[in-house]
Amino acid sequence: MLHAADSTFRLDADFFDYTIIALYFVVVLGIGVLARRQVSSSIDFFLSGRSLPAWVTGLAFISANLGAVEIMGMSANGAQYGIATVHYFWIGAVPAMLFLGVVMMPFYYGSGVRSVPEFMRKRFGTGAHLVNALSFALAQLLIAGINLYLLATIVNRLLGWPLWVSLVVAAAIVLSYTALGGLSAAIYNEVLQFFVIVAALLPLTIVALHKVGGWQGITDRIQPGPEQLSSWPGTDLTGIDDPFWSVVGLVFGLGFVLSFGYWTTNFVEVQRAMASNSVSAARRAPIIGAFPKMFIPFIVIVPGIIAAIVVPELANLKAGSGDSGGATYNDAILLLMRDLLPNGMLGVAIAGLLASFMAGMAANISAFNTVFSYDLWQQYVVKDKEDGYYTAVGRVATVAATLIAIGTAVFASHYDNLMDYLQTLFGFFNAPLFATFILGMFWKRMTAAAGWSGLVAGTGAAVLVAILSEGALGPASIGVIGLSGQGASFVAAGAAFVVDIAVSVVVSTVTRPRVESELRGLVYSLTPKESLVDPDEQALPWFQSPTKLAGIGLVLVVVLNILFW
Amino acid sequence: MSEQKHTAGAFDVRTIIGGLIGLYGLILLFLGVFHATDAELEKADGMNVNLWAGVIMTVFGIAFLAWARLRPVVVPDDPASTPDPTASADPTTSAGG
Repeated sequence: MLHAADSTFRLDADFFDYTIIALYFVVVLGIGVLARRQVSSSIDFFLSGRSLPAWVTGLAFISANLGAVEIMGMSANGAQYGIATVHYFWIGAVPAMLFLGVVMMPFYYGSGVRSVPEFMRKRFGTGAHLVNALSFALAQLLIAGINLYLLATIVNRLLGWPLWVSLVVAAAIVLSYTALGGLSAAIYNEVLQFFVIVAALLPLTIVALHKVGGWQGITDRIQPGPEQLSSWPGTDLTGIDDPFWSVVGLVFGLGFVLSFGYWTTNFVEVQRAMASNSVSAARRAPIIGAFPKMFIPFIVIVPGIIAAIVVPELANLKAGSGDSGGATYNDAILLLMRDLLPNGMLGVAIAGLLASFMAGMAANISAFNTVFSYDLWQQYVVKDKEDGYYTAVGRVATVAATLIAIGTAVFASHYDNLMDYLQTLFGFFNAPLFATFILGMFWKRMTAAAGWSGLVAGTGAAVLVAILSEGALGPASIGVIGLSGQGASFVAAGAAFVVDIAVSVVVSTVTRPRVESELRGLVYSLTPKESLVDPDEQALPWFQSPTKLAGIGLVLVVVLNILFW
Repeated sequence: MSEQKHTAGAFDVRTIIGGLIGLYGLILLFLGVFHATDAELEKADGMNVNLWAGVIMTVFGIAFLAWARLRPVVVPDDPASTPDPTASADPTTSAGG
């Protein structure tokens, strides 16, 4: 059934759809209220008492990331570039998650820190800690703004509410449950969100496959041709014409620097795993999360690909002829929902989307909350107060962060391409942090001065590349280097990594290293092997052993890469 | 602070997931059986989306509720299982102000 193309398409939600959406919000806020009854001490509030089972933290781990960017961005990429979009999952996220579980997590968990900045303080002292905590807090506010803006534009597009009303309502709901229940509620909601998102996207994918005539239908009808169903070398996706350099860009830029940087140093994610009840459970969380993560492309990218075939506006947009009705690739999922889903299922799909957009923002807010109250306020402003004081500071920080996020959402709305903006931010904040982490973790000679100077230089290098590129920082970019979009963010991240390592090595050679006894548990070679694993880990069955699970995950992701070569 | 343990009960995340998805399933099942218009069926090339999604979600919801009932999670009341050197962990401090 074809609708007349108009630039502001709406989804015709009816009474049943609104009932389904309302049920979702009742449950989400109900969990917040329930969780509040269990809140007893600040460790409980922030890390949920480390009492959650591994499958819960594993799902929360990817759910925190299954936000607006994942669903709208990846389905848009699928519609535009085809199957090559899987690189974000099978070269990007999954190997990085396995690495986090196998190598990084024992350090985080074993050193008993609450946040990545706190780890920086123990390893490098206050200089690197302050630089990192400030940049991290800033990054969370900027990214929360992007999530909030996307959430509000979707609400606006679906339900017709004015953008500012959507912004305020969305902010109020996210605020309610993070403030009411803390991370405990956030994790519970994230796991619930995961299932609602799957319940929304899986039927949509199946109906879309039915509509297009199965995989054969896609193969026959995909435009401009079947090369869109081949993932390597992905020259369209990277915007790098030479196949060799395109693969280098994917493996080093996306796979190594951006993805390892994002997954291993982003405390939004790490905090979920820290809520586990043992070091092997903490290690299992990202590894268990990697398994569903591998299959997310099938319910995100495949509907995007099909949308570009069956939705007339998108097909016209891709062909570059005919009336696209003002639609963009970002609308792929929404247009598919409009064209295929009956009322009822439509409500579930809208609830799933709202859930995923809220997940991202809530995760940003709760990470900001932790870093602000413990790493900035307790460390540098008001020391030595009782536990309840910092919990109260955390609540105030949550409210303040939400209000600021409304501001950064308005700021984000000025950018034409939010995905490029977001990736550029990851390059600024995560790539240098990752370089400093890796070097500091494996090279005991690295000094405190190298810690902070490397971070500052790395971030500076990324900002410089972004300013010199074409449009990576929106109007602030001056276009001296002929790189735009994806290519620019890969290069900015690569520059941050290389400059950070170079500066750290040079500074380390001219400054005094720390005493080795202070670095136990913080540097790989100085950490006794037995503190990295549970004493009873050898006795665990294979499906609970982090390294064996990670091995299975690695084999699976290689097989997937080969199948969709 | 008491050291006793209790089951998660209604707070078990599986109960919440099973309850919500199961409820969605029942609503969709109802719509699929009594409310499927020709226009909606035509949208999906004749597939009754609500009916099929409703059946699967209902089954899924019941399975999760059963799982939570048969294998309850035991929650220790004292959350401080790992000592934290940086926190002056005072378990009597109430955070719920």
